[in-house]
Amino acid sequence: MDNADGSERHIISVLVDNEPGVLARVIGLFSGRGYNIESLTVAEVEGKMGLSRISIVTSGTPMVIEQIKAQLARLVPIHSVCDLTEMGIAIERELALIKIINDGYNRIEALRIADTFRARTLDSTLNSFVFEITGNSSKVAAFIDLMQSLGEVEIARTGVSAISRGNTIQLSAR
Amino acid sequence: MQKEFGKQTMKNSSTTEKKSARVTDDILLLSGAEILLKVLEDEGVEIIFGYPGGAVLPIYDALFKNNKIRHILVRHEQAAVHAAEGYARSTGKVGVVLVTSGPGATNAVTGLTDALMDSVPVVCLTGQVPTHLIGNDAFQEADTTGITRACTKHNYLIKDGEKLQHSVAEAFHVARSGRPGPVLIDLPKDLLMGEFKYIPNRIIEPAKRRYQPKVNPDDRLIAKAVSLMKKSTKPIIYGGGGLINSGPRASELLQELVEFSGWPTTLTLMGLGALPASDKHFIGMLGMHGTYEANLAMHECDLMLNLGARFDDRVTGRISGFSPGSCKIHVDIDPSSINKNVHVDLSIVGDAAIVLEKIIAEMKKQGFKSQSTSLKGWWSKINAWQAKKCLEFDQSGEVIKPQQAIKRLCELTRGLDPYVTTEVGQHQMWAAQYFDFELPNRWMTSGGLGTMGYGLPAALGVQVAKPDSLVIDISGEASFMMNMQELSTLSQYNLPVKIFIINNEWMGMVRQWQELIHGGRYSESYSASLPDFVKLAETFNMTGLVAHKPDDLDDVISKMLEVPGPVIADIRVAKEENCFPMIPSGAAHNEMILGPADQIKKPVSEEGMVLV
Repeated sequence: MDNADGSERHIISVLVDNEPGVLARVIGLFSGRGYNIESLTVAEVEGKMGLSRISIVTSGTPMVIEQIKAQLARLVPIHSVCDLTEMGIAIERELALIKIINDGYNRIEALRIADTFRARTLDSTLNSFVFEITGNSSKVAAFIDLMQSLGEVEIARTGVSAISRGNTIQLSAR
Repeated sequence: MQKEFGKQTMKNSSTTEKKSARVTDDILLLSGAEILLKVLEDEGVEIIFGYPGGAVLPIYDALFKNNKIRHILVRHEQAAVHAAEGYARSTGKVGVVLVTSGPGATNAVTGLTDALMDSVPVVCLTGQVPTHLIGNDAFQEADTTGITRACTKHNYLIKDGEKLQHSVAEAFHVARSGRPGPVLIDLPKDLLMGEFKYIPNRIIEPAKRRYQPKVNPDDRLIAKAVSLMKKSTKPIIYGGGGLINSGPRASELLQELVEFSGWPTTLTLMGLGALPASDKHFIGMLGMHGTYEANLAMHECDLMLNLGARFDDRVTGRISGFSPGSCKIHVDIDPSSINKNVHVDLSIVGDAAIVLEKIIAEMKKQGFKSQSTSLKGWWSKINAWQAKKCLEFDQSGEVIKPQQAIKRLCELTRGLDPYVTTEVGQHQMWAAQYFDFELPNRWMTSGGLGTMGYGLPAALGVQVAKPDSLVIDISGEASFMMNMQELSTLSQYNLPVKIFIINNEWMGMVRQWQELIHGGRYSESYSASLPDFVKLAETFNMTGLVAHKPDDLDDVISKMLEVPGPVIADIRVAKEENCFPMIPSGAAHNEMILGPADQIKKPVSEEGMVLV
């Protein structure tokens, strides 16, 4: 159990036909039935067949997670649904772009921390940086926390993208 | 009839006349509207319920020249969908609706939601403004696919004419396969008028279809189910609408299973007719207004075999008190119905008929024998509950009891194989309790959504599908008023629907709940300014009848059945009668109230008050 209320965090990946309205269908399902979305990412992953992969981070009791998967699988444009959390250890990554405006000691400290976190510097002025950081969500969150204490920041996060470990393909077209 | 008349008066339509061009031997070049009708023909469509408007004029023009598809002109788009539902539920075919853009589509939303909740296969064709105007707030534009995404099983906005044939064919496949439901196709006007390729007799291989719901159950699970069933001493079969949707074979197999096992069987509101009401194993409907014996048997059973029912809140009552000691087996075609409300011990995903066939075969293979002594004990317990006679009522005095009206209607139509629709409210529950259904597809009622105004247009749709059958809309005076414009449709097509209005001058179920949980403060629940239903019938060229006293009842019903055309029978019933037995909201099956006296003893809990 992840939380006191018995809810668990799950990463669910979905392979869908890349057609108009498919994202609205998925999001509408979550809002209409009262499920949580912590993050959601989507992009085309296969051009010829026109397939997109949606990665959803959600939380709920085991019964709710089962419902989410069953409800998703019911949608016509959805090819397959995979619960990466249930599958075992999945690799999850998130990318964030962080702009920080500061100077003096704080500016040096920001650069030092960015180095420690292996963040890349993408842009700089005399009183600002734009960092790129990749990692799991907690690493990204920790980095953002530190930056926020060192200056004025603006944040862009992609949300989680994930895939299973090992030599099997979990999501395939019908 | 209309259409033929229209054809004779056709003057000069040569401006739009065009011979279809043949691209090659097996590809035709046709307008979008013509392709649409071709695909409907390919899908076996004979009837469309619809209402014209600007965006669908090209389809209506193509219909004018078409001799295979009959169009029924309703008076409101909501009614078109309910009529298609009635058509679909009485025949097992897909119902088809054709409406225009904007208001045509938004008016259809209630019907689509109703069809979604009750799993009725419907294809709804909506017009849309031309592609280049989409998003411009054009006249009669609405984001139809956006609005209907949540109330359809699937929907399409077709912008590419080359995809029209495939998408419409897929829509029919989606509507009728797996758990059936409504599918909407939004058709921009430029697409309907443009020319595209149509390939006659094109069949998409089942394996290549992108929507392939599971219908064949795992044999391993069947064997497990039967081994659980063998151990049961207090079993019950709980059947639902999935048995009806699966087709008549499922009902035959249910009867075989019941005969073979000797098990008591209860049915949901959606499942009535799956087992003949006269079968000695049938212990009545279950749920909020179900029988005492069915609900208590559900509460005390040790094994529940759920066949195509979805543990709806009207059935379960308070979940924490629902059948606490039983092992639950759930058979459903929709995996998302499993473990949604009630956690079950064994789930089998598959079509009801296929599962039943396999279960019966497996029972024979495993040498299934009911635990006869214990089953006898279980039945004697059930018989004791039945002895309470929970549906008994007192017909005395000079006022017709609503229960008596429906009971007599049932008795006087026995042998006539009637098709019954209802509206929503007290009369609906009385119809479910007092009308006996011997066969599936004879009972059409709005269960999930509870749509007042469903019954009249649904009856219209049934009558179109079954022109020679007796079709009765058991109605309430308030519900009837919600879609009474359809009297005009009945009149136009001379559809002999019998409208049997249980008139108590109240929105009876609203009033009952106001008594139950709001101290009898009858806020806005009185049906004031009712029309004279006899005169109303006459203005629409149909017969109007009225029954005031119990002695009038049989005469009015007989007259109603004798008159060849449509009839409105206004049955003036006891105004204050309430619907019992009842599981009050927030209560469990064993906390039923049997009548008004019981109601005072068992007030509704605070948790129950917030429930609907």
